[in-house]
Amino acid sequence: MQQSAKIERQPGFLPRSDLQQLLDGIVQSGYQVLGPVVQDGAIQLKAISDATELVKGVSNVQEPGHYRLQQTAGERLFDWNHGPQGLKPLCFAPHEVLWVEQKDPLSFAARLPEVKPTAVLGVRACDLSALAIQDRHFLHAGGADPHYRQRREQLLLIGIDCAHSAASCFCASTGDGPSVNQGYDIGMSELDEGFLVWSGSDKGKAVLERVALTTPQTEQLEQMNSQSEQAAGEQQRKLSKPEELMRLYQRLEHAHWQQVADRCLGCGNCTAVCPTCFCYDTQHEVSLDGQSAQNVRQWDSCFSASHSSMGGFKVRGDILSRYRQWLTHKLAGWQEQQGRIGCTGCGRCITWCPVGIDLTKETDTILWEGSLDE
Amino acid sequence: MSDLHLPRTAIIDERIQESSTIFTLRLRFEDAAAQEVFEFSPGQFNMVTHFAAGEIPISIVNDPKDSHYFDHTIRVVGRVSEAMSKLQPGDRVGIRGPFGRGWPVEDAVGRDVLLVTGGLGCAPLVSVIRYLMKRRSQFGHLHILQGVKHSNDLIWREQYDAWAREPDVNVLLAADVVTREWHGQQGMVTELIGQLNLRHGRTIAMLCGPEVMMLAAIANLRDLGIADHQIWFSMERNMQCGIGQCGHCQIGAKYVCQDGPVFCYSELADLMGAKGF
Repeated sequence: MQQSAKIERQPGFLPRSDLQQLLDGIVQSGYQVLGPVVQDGAIQLKAISDATELVKGVSNVQEPGHYRLQQTAGERLFDWNHGPQGLKPLCFAPHEVLWVEQKDPLSFAARLPEVKPTAVLGVRACDLSALAIQDRHFLHAGGADPHYRQRREQLLLIGIDCAHSAASCFCASTGDGPSVNQGYDIGMSELDEGFLVWSGSDKGKAVLERVALTTPQTEQLEQMNSQSEQAAGEQQRKLSKPEELMRLYQRLEHAHWQQVADRCLGCGNCTAVCPTCFCYDTQHEVSLDGQSAQNVRQWDSCFSASHSSMGGFKVRGDILSRYRQWLTHKLAGWQEQQGRIGCTGCGRCITWCPVGIDLTKETDTILWEGSLDE
Repeated sequence: MSDLHLPRTAIIDERIQESSTIFTLRLRFEDAAAQEVFEFSPGQFNMVTHFAAGEIPISIVNDPKDSHYFDHTIRVVGRVSEAMSKLQPGDRVGIRGPFGRGWPVEDAVGRDVLLVTGGLGCAPLVSVIRYLMKRRSQFGHLHILQGVKHSNDLIWREQYDAWAREPDVNVLLAADVVTREWHGQQGMVTELIGQLNLRHGRTIAMLCGPEVMMLAAIANLRDLGIADHQIWFSMERNMQCGIGQCGHCQIGAKYVCQDGPVFCYSELADLMGAKGF
């Protein structure tokens, strides 16, 4: 399940008109397909059965506090980068019952989710890396989480190279993209005339046996590579190196934390759209007759007032300390916990921040500008 | 795969009212096989569930050799502990655990041990004091320092008196506000540290209480030449999962529920006392 080694590509060619063959192959292998569609003005993953349901000729503009879809003149299906959510909700459910309890006599029973085998079409490199990070957190640290695992094991991931970057993207600097390199079952790269398709796992290979791929031309392979280089070259933002980011812990008193706190609304949008944020809260929900209750897990955010609460006292009582907790953990603490930063350069926290707080810019200011405010 | 989120039922065999707000529940797992394999060390905790009220982390205070039961001493501080205070023998609770890293009792073998507690019935440290007392010959001199706000707050007074009568055990009590019957000193528990004659290189310190108290105690101990890696303390944070997963209890890269709750000062020195961590 956890793949970190870069997958060697052995692509075949699939003409644009034959994409339905791939969808059929996936469905015949027993999966429901989630594909990108436009809903509420954003790219979202929804169940589809026909290739014509996929979003076509759409790109996106993503900037601090700004997300808009744009019509393009072309036929391409994957010219956008990503919507507000990656794979996180598919494995780490935003709201789920962990167990139920009966009052008389007191007893507890696990409540595991029923999950259909699910294929996800059009997964980006940043989100594949983020899933690997969540896998380490939920499956390998602490203890294997049965709810997460149940969902995770049902996934078939069809990754796709990004041919363009949005202004908020910085995956090249974190080493996670813009091309998919690990963690997918089937890899794809889109060309004007069709797709290069290759398998990334045995599961993916079995599906591709149902699809008629032809040998690609050399120019097509070259175009795949040049598209990736171009997408990387388009990126306007970058993050400092991991060892430099560790210095955030030496900059806890920098004046810029307060400047960010003055703008930050503490809304938690950044943590909700972040594909690696894992905090959750558990609540008891009691039935109306008072005879049973269920223990519910739901996404929490280190920007919520209750996150650090113990017996009424809040360890992080203000927005400054909450933002500082989030950023130092994401970029420094995570390195100690997982051996890498907890950011894969997707830039969602920048795009979906209502006031346009920019993780890369704020980090640079704190690391590289000014002296400590002492 | 065992489900680390799922509690197991335990039955209350005994309930002891320790003070007006503190009570002890003596528990055993309903499933005898679960009780048989239940092992813990002093300083570890369980997540205890009260039906419908919720789940809270509570330190285990009895001796790990007591294989037929386990004790939780609970102070009423919130909604869940309030609900638990109403439970009676025969009632059931849910238990997950034990979780976390306890006190370094192996490292303490052959050493003098300084135990500093601030506040009401600091259960995590009482568990280790009882542990050391039961294995008295393995350890050197014991200094037990206990501070409370008001002298009437002290619980387990007879136990402190009994400990004080043991050879090579030094019990010092302090209270901010004292009544006439008080035998201890008036002031803060950290002020007692300076009165001790600690043997350098032989002493390991274990602290429990409010962070400001522990920070003051750590400063005093470092002034006296106690090395950072010989200073240990139990931390408290919002803990919901017990398995380093829900994210609330993090201090920097450390999960209090898993890497702690007992930490060595050298592990947390950089962030201890830093606002917001």
